Amino acid sequence: MNTFRSNTLLDVKNIRKSFGDIPVLDGVNIELRRNEFVSLLGVSGSGKSTLFNIISGLLEPDEGKIFIEGADYTGKTGRVSYMYQKDLLLPWKKIIDNVSLPLVVRGESKKAAREKVAGYFKTFGLEGFEYKYPFQLSGGMRQRAALLRTWLFSRDIMLLDEPFGSLDAITKFKMQEWLTNVLSSIEASVLLITHDIEEAVFLSDRIYIMSDRPATIKEEIKINLARPRSRDIVTTGEFNAYKKHIYGLLL
Amino acid sequence: MKKLANTGNKLLPWALFIVLTSFWQLVSETDEFIGRLLPSPVDIITTFFRELPVIIPHGVVTLNEALTGFGASIVLALLLAVMMDAFEPLYKALYPLILVSQTVPLIALAPLFLLWFGFGQLPKILIVMLMCFFPVLVSLLDGFKSVDSDLLNLMRSMGAGRVAIFRIVKFPGAMMSFFSGVRIAATYSIMGAVISEWVGGSRGLGVYMIKVKNSFAYDKMFAAILLVVALSMAMFKLTDVVQNMAMPWYRLQQRNTGE
Repeated sequence: MNTFRSNTLLDVKNIRKSFGDIPVLDGVNIELRRNEFVSLLGVSGSGKSTLFNIISGLLEPDEGKIFIEGADYTGKTGRVSYMYQKDLLLPWKKIIDNVSLPLVVRGESKKAAREKVAGYFKTFGLEGFEYKYPFQLSGGMRQRAALLRTWLFSRDIMLLDEPFGSLDAITKFKMQEWLTNVLSSIEASVLLITHDIEEAVFLSDRIYIMSDRPATIKEEIKINLARPRSRDIVTTGEFNAYKKHIYGLLL
Repeated sequence: MKKLANTGNKLLPWALFIVLTSFWQLVSETDEFIGRLLPSPVDIITTFFRELPVIIPHGVVTLNEALTGFGASIVLALLLAVMMDAFEPLYKALYPLILVSQTVPLIALAPLFLLWFGFGQLPKILIVMLMCFFPVLVSLLDGFKSVDSDLLNLMRSMGAGRVAIFRIVKFPGAMMSFFSGVRIAATYSIMGAVISEWVGGSRGLGVYMIKVKNSFAYDKMFAAILLVVALSMAMFKLTDVVQNMAMPWYRLQQRNTGE
């Protein structure tokens, strides 16, 4: 059972999971291709985070498999990176050391890790913040640092679990624009969890609409909006057509 | 404006202190008999400086016992907390026992320790250890337990093992809680040493206090109390200094948000 498309990076096959008597995931199939941005859209509590825990290897599914580049990674951690709504930066480490964390976990020295990560601060708009502590940064800046840490851990597959969920509306706007810009300059494949329809349409190449619990994939939508995308597209007819269609599916 | 309010906050306890001691001074001066039972603040200060050459050697003995017991209890609590955190069964077996052990009145144990371990410093150090050990251990264990589970998951998703998670996340994350326990232990340490000297021994502030009490020299008693308070405060401050060195980020954060 190999992947049918050669550029499929992550293949989530027929995942089922229950907690006690409560079925949470009921046969979920998802694919992520190289350098693709894919969103999982669904209401809160639809089991999206459970799915991420399974993909990252923190949880074992009851049924189904996780394939990465054709190899079975079910229940194995350390391959894909995971970013949460909370920035989870360690308050006692400077930003550069927080960002270096994945390299240090892999066994590199603090000094070597610092040298390796320093070059990316500019790309991620964090220049000048290397030797600050997390509490000295705004919420948006902390999420940038968290994203850089996530990317440094696994450049090819990043799972983002409502990464901008705790930011205010204006900062969130800016961060979404910033994210599309950063992603155009680095190579990364992203799977995003969100319940924000506009965010999903704005950022994604494809969107999976998830049903209520027990979750299945209701529909897969291709977003054919040209890149690079700017904030202006959210008022175009095309954009609104996608939004309308998704509203229809969710409500 | 804020600075002014801050100075006000710092002056307030001093103002109250001055009012209370003035009142005390007045009461003590009303009658010679009362004055003997309750020496006035001025008398206490005078006696304190006159007696200093006698009190200081006793104070050194007490401080020595307190510091040794305090240090040993921290080392022991660290070792045990790390082991209890690593092996859940050990935690489950030991925690209730340690909790119950805290209800044993140490004042009753002190004379027994004297019988078992002699009149030297050892029984005193042991009493100090028993007093200081518990707050440090409990605060450390609570610190380990209170680490954000998402943070642990993040570390696990990165493929970090238990040792790495402990070293990078759990241990530094417990420092805040650890130092609150150490601060409590620091204030207990001098008191623990004094109480254990009280029940027997040849040197130390507790011994001195018993002697002056028996000779009805209450001004000297209060002079000794003054030194106990000063030493305890010094231990407390010492903890703060060490904490500031160990947690530079915390000090910065306090300075930024606390102004």
